[in-house]
Amino acid sequence: MRNSVGLALLASEITVLFRRKRTWAMLLALAAVPVLVAVAVKITGSGRGPAFISQISENGLFVTFAGLLLAVPLFLPLTVGVVSGDAIAGEASTGTLRYLLVAPAGRIRLLVIKYIGIALFCLAASLTVAVAGALIGAALFPIGPTTLLSGDTIDVGDALLRALLIALYVTLSLLGFAAVGLFISTLTDVPVGAMAATVVLDVAVQIADSLPQLEWLHPFLFSHYWLSFGDLLRQPIAWDSFASNAVLQAGYIVVFGALAYARFARKDILS
Amino acid sequence: MSDGSLAIETGGLTKRFGAQAAVENVDLRVPRGSVFGFLGPNGSGKTTTIRMLLGLISASSGTATVLGESMPARLRAVLPNVGALVEGPGFYPFLSGTANLRRLDSADRHAPSDSRAARVEAALDRVGLAGVGRKKVKAYSLGMKQRLGLANALLMPRDLLVLDEPTNGLDPQGTREVRSLVSSLAAEGTTVFVSSHLLAEIEQMCTHAAVMSAGRLVAQGTLEELRRVGEPGIRLSTPDAAAAVSALAGLGLLASIEHGASDQAVVAPLGSSVNPDDIVPALVAAGVRVRAFAVERPSLEDRFVALTGEGFDVAQ
Repeated sequence: MRNSVGLALLASEITVLFRRKRTWAMLLALAAVPVLVAVAVKITGSGRGPAFISQISENGLFVTFAGLLLAVPLFLPLTVGVVSGDAIAGEASTGTLRYLLVAPAGRIRLLVIKYIGIALFCLAASLTVAVAGALIGAALFPIGPTTLLSGDTIDVGDALLRALLIALYVTLSLLGFAAVGLFISTLTDVPVGAMAATVVLDVAVQIADSLPQLEWLHPFLFSHYWLSFGDLLRQPIAWDSFASNAVLQAGYIVVFGALAYARFARKDILS
Repeated sequence: MSDGSLAIETGGLTKRFGAQAAVENVDLRVPRGSVFGFLGPNGSGKTTTIRMLLGLISASSGTATVLGESMPARLRAVLPNVGALVEGPGFYPFLSGTANLRRLDSADRHAPSDSRAARVEAALDRVGLAGVGRKKVKAYSLGMKQRLGLANALLMPRDLLVLDEPTNGLDPQGTREVRSLVSSLAAEGTTVFVSSHLLAEIEQMCTHAAVMSAGRLVAQGTLEELRRVGEPGIRLSTPDAAAAVSALAGLGLLASIEHGASDQAVVAPLGSSVNPDDIVPALVAAGVRVRAFAVERPSLEDRFVALTGEGFDVAQ
């Protein structure tokens, strides 16, 4: 038979995801984060605040870094929680899950395709914040050579590459959490429940990550390296946190991917 | 071993949810090429059986063979040849009818991408939705969604169609169209397995039927076989009911009187010892005025009610 790899379903998954108004609403909301930061700095002027924010008025490119820094703990996981929590439970609630499986899509194949779709959303979401930040920064502030955390100065093209690298780092950071969301989505037929549970879990993990009493646990929490992308703003680039983060996220993908598979492969589809 | 002449065969198929058996020990035999009616009141286990046949839920015990292959072990080989409408249509409300069908078609890796657009159009056309394919499904009526569900089952040439309550939500016109669609598919050689709680529907389109009650299969066979099981009876219309009852008693028939709107009717089960041709002469000889006389076979409805009980209560 032709087309037995079945890329058509992946193409369809991406089309459906990015044809939804909800997806675009979330990306717009994410784009608003750096825009709000830039406008606030423009109106009130810099002065106090975290390092990134105080540098914005001198160099518009810092809007990108500040936007990602603000979006990573809450806004990005919120949107990823919506998309991943909806992945299987959403199909179940519209009744399309049974028709996909009867087609037959294959349960493992459907899970893998859903995960690829979520991962692409993570990438789109991170890039949205980065690109919106760069655009509004260029519109409102001067753009010029950027001083890194290590004190070295790089030109605009190099700085944009660093911004792209950080967007990729943020995407990577979200992949473990996305696998957790996909697993939770296989547990229920109610998408809102899966989304809420995923987001609540994110908040709980970040609280645990901030409690010194739980320090032994911190290196295993998926959010542990979320804000460590400052290492990418040094010269030369310190890849340590990138590597640790990649290992951690891969661990989450393996464990929660296996759990999602174990749950979904045998689940009775009653929706 | 599976029998090649059967499209669906189950052996002792059972599904328990907790302590309760939704389907118990069902031995279903659906011949290839038949239009098979799967009858039963609400909650009798029809949809649970269908979900097991399609590999959506696993059986607690027993076997299911679909198109000669074991389910769910051979699901990937079987399901591309099966079109299904399960427990109502399911679609993405924010996509058009056409986009929905393309999405579900792309899930089947045996469905060629280059003919997808043409096959979707043909399926929409076949169920009378050609004009509204571009409309979003959230704007569809229940009947239109039901038609779209049928179109989804027809995207590829199928050996077996499993249609769960296909006329649900359809207007009388749509019901007739579904009947003619089913008969044209059957004429092409497709086996059609239709579940319904509507007897008239089954009687009009099916060659075979099975009856479920409270999770058990209580009868199956050709429609003729199902009707034959019941005992025939006689019905006569007469103004001399009491005299008729005693005359029939003389022939060995236990008759009873039914009070109709205008006339009295006398009914009696026809035992095997009495020749129906002897009854009217005997009645006339006894001075009974016979206005009408008929030997009646029980209808499928009588049989259905006898098998499943008459109440409205959902089976426990």
